[in-house]
Amino acid sequence: MTFLSFLISGLSLGSVYAIIALGYTMVYGIAKMLNFAHGDVIMVGAYVCFFATTRWDLPPTVGVLLAMVVCTALGVLIERLAYKPLRSAPSLAVIITAIGVSYFLQNAAQLLWTSNPKVFTSVVGNSSIKLFDGGLTISVIAIITIIACIIIMAALTWFTGKTKMGKAMRACSEDKGAAQLMGIDVNFTISVTFAIGSALAAIAGVLLCSAYPTLMPTTGAMPGIKAFTAAVFGGIGSIPGAMIGGLLLGIIEIFGKGYISTQLSDAIVFAVLIITLLVKPAGLLGKQTTEKV
Amino acid sequence: MDKAKRPETKMVPVPSTNLVPERDVDKLPVLEARNLGIEFGGLTALAGFNMAIGRTEIAGLIGPNGAGKTTVFNLLTKVYQPTHGTILLDGRDTNNMTTVQINKAGIARTFQNIRLFSNLSVEDNVKLGLHNNINYGMWNGILRLPAYWKGERRAHEQAMELLSIFDMQDLAGNRAGSLPYGAQRRLEIVRALATKPLLLLLDEPAAGMNPSETAELMENIVKIRDTLQIAIILIEHDMNLVMGICEGICVLNFGKIIAKGTPREIRNNPQVIEAYLGKKKEG
Ligand SMILES: Nc1ncnc2c1ncn2[C@@H]1O[C@H](COP(=O)(O)OP(=O)(O)OP(=O)(O)O)[C@@H](O)[C@H]1O
Ligand SMILES: [Mg+2]
Repeated sequence: MTFLSFLISGLSLGSVYAIIALGYTMVYGIAKMLNFAHGDVIMVGAYVCFFATTRWDLPPTVGVLLAMVVCTALGVLIERLAYKPLRSAPSLAVIITAIGVSYFLQNAAQLLWTSNPKVFTSVVGNSSIKLFDGGLTISVIAIITIIACIIIMAALTWFTGKTKMGKAMRACSEDKGAAQLMGIDVNFTISVTFAIGSALAAIAGVLLCSAYPTLMPTTGAMPGIKAFTAAVFGGIGSIPGAMIGGLLLGIIEIFGKGYISTQLSDAIVFAVLIITLLVKPAGLLGKQTTEKV
Repeated sequence: MDKAKRPETKMVPVPSTNLVPERDVDKLPVLEARNLGIEFGGLTALAGFNMAIGRTEIAGLIGPNGAGKTTVFNLLTKVYQPTHGTILLDGRDTNNMTTVQINKAGIARTFQNIRLFSNLSVEDNVKLGLHNNINYGMWNGILRLPAYWKGERRAHEQAMELLSIFDMQDLAGNRAGSLPYGAQRRLEIVRALATKPLLLLLDEPAAGMNPSETAELMENIVKIRDTLQIAIILIEHDMNLVMGICEGICVLNFGKIIAKGTPREIRNNPQVIEAYLGKKKEG
């Protein structure tokens, strides 16, 4: 029974990582850059939802939607102001800028909302389902998180595979120059990618804080790094890879915590990553076999 | 349609040092390059390049390796910004245009090294070319409104019609990267045509093709020009192809035009023979 309960917690945490990792991987696939500020967009999304629901007493759905709108705008704005001018700069300059944006967001959050932790109220309450005569307790938020992840994955697969914009994204990820010569607006395509990634980050932020309710300016940092790890683990640039990487990472982390050691769980996660990359340098779903977005 | 063996076109002068086919002379040239040039660091890759292209002309751009031919295409499509000169497309100065705007204004091209979207299907490669021309809007697309389906169906029909130029409808569902080499080259032409150009730039379209494929390609290039009434500039090392279908030819060597004229004039030009054809034993 504990196994099942660990598995569900792992899948739920992994779903959050997967949703965040999708943002990393899509942006990497198209802009070929690592957006280290992505984790902090999650934190902003969680704050927006927090204020909307607890301060302004808006219904949770409105809070989530508002968080998505704000994060989408923020993501597009970050891309325009910080990354677009560096389109042809060396990748080191872009990475350093991304780290700078990350700290900027954390410090801005501290200034605006102080570093005192806020207690996030779950968007679905704290109810849970008891199974097997109380032998197994599953929180509703865990189930919702897993379902949200599945829906997002299906929607993104459809979007990149079937829609014109999604195909344009895949074209840009393969060859920006050729795409431009076909009349595809690469800058707009990159903006849309950041918009989608950031909207997903908002959802991830709300789901994460609903399960782990401590909200402060650094809340997004660690999940951000873990999700980045998940994206690399699964094969960066690959949408199914981000999904699988995220889920596995969540499961490994929870099992590590439950069966081995709470302190060592992060070390175990990163050890698994290192071993995987030694064996498969391109991640689980290596470049050739996957469809990059 | 009349086959690749075409009668010698009468080329007539237009302002400056250019020639265009007689039938196009009363129309604005589709393209006019004036004193075009570019330097890379210290290297002058192209200088003093003048060219006018008639609206339905098939022109050839030839010259030894490294002469600057691909550079001309990169300048015309704004992949590189010219350091000198002016490009008039359909009479409009393209000075401030980006690559995307150039494509929308009417230039499409293929690449010396095939640059298809190899992970996308053949049909999707073509549909991405149609990109600019289907406008049912993003919301219609997301909400799958009737206008969306109508647009999708039209895009499918148009893609199939374009693919039929090279009899490639059956390959529509295949991954572009899985096609044989010759088919990939043909698909690149179809994808370029999908953007509805006034001027099509072909960079070594016959490279790597066998003689029968090349002969078929020649026929099809002429057919494309005849049915779509567009202008075509092609870079090619295959002299049979160039001499067979081009009406005007421009010869580059070390970034400079060394000769311009009809195939017959080029064939008999001593400078050209020395710089280029001499080695090829052609004409
Ligand atoms: N981006 C660039 N930077 C520096 N030099 C360049 C660049 N692009 C082209 N060149 C130089 O310009 C010259 C002309 O190159 P270009 O590719 O136009 O030749 P080409 O006529 O197409 O030759 P080929 O028949 O081999 O394709 C060459 O010397 C090349 O090295
Ligand atoms: Mg070339």
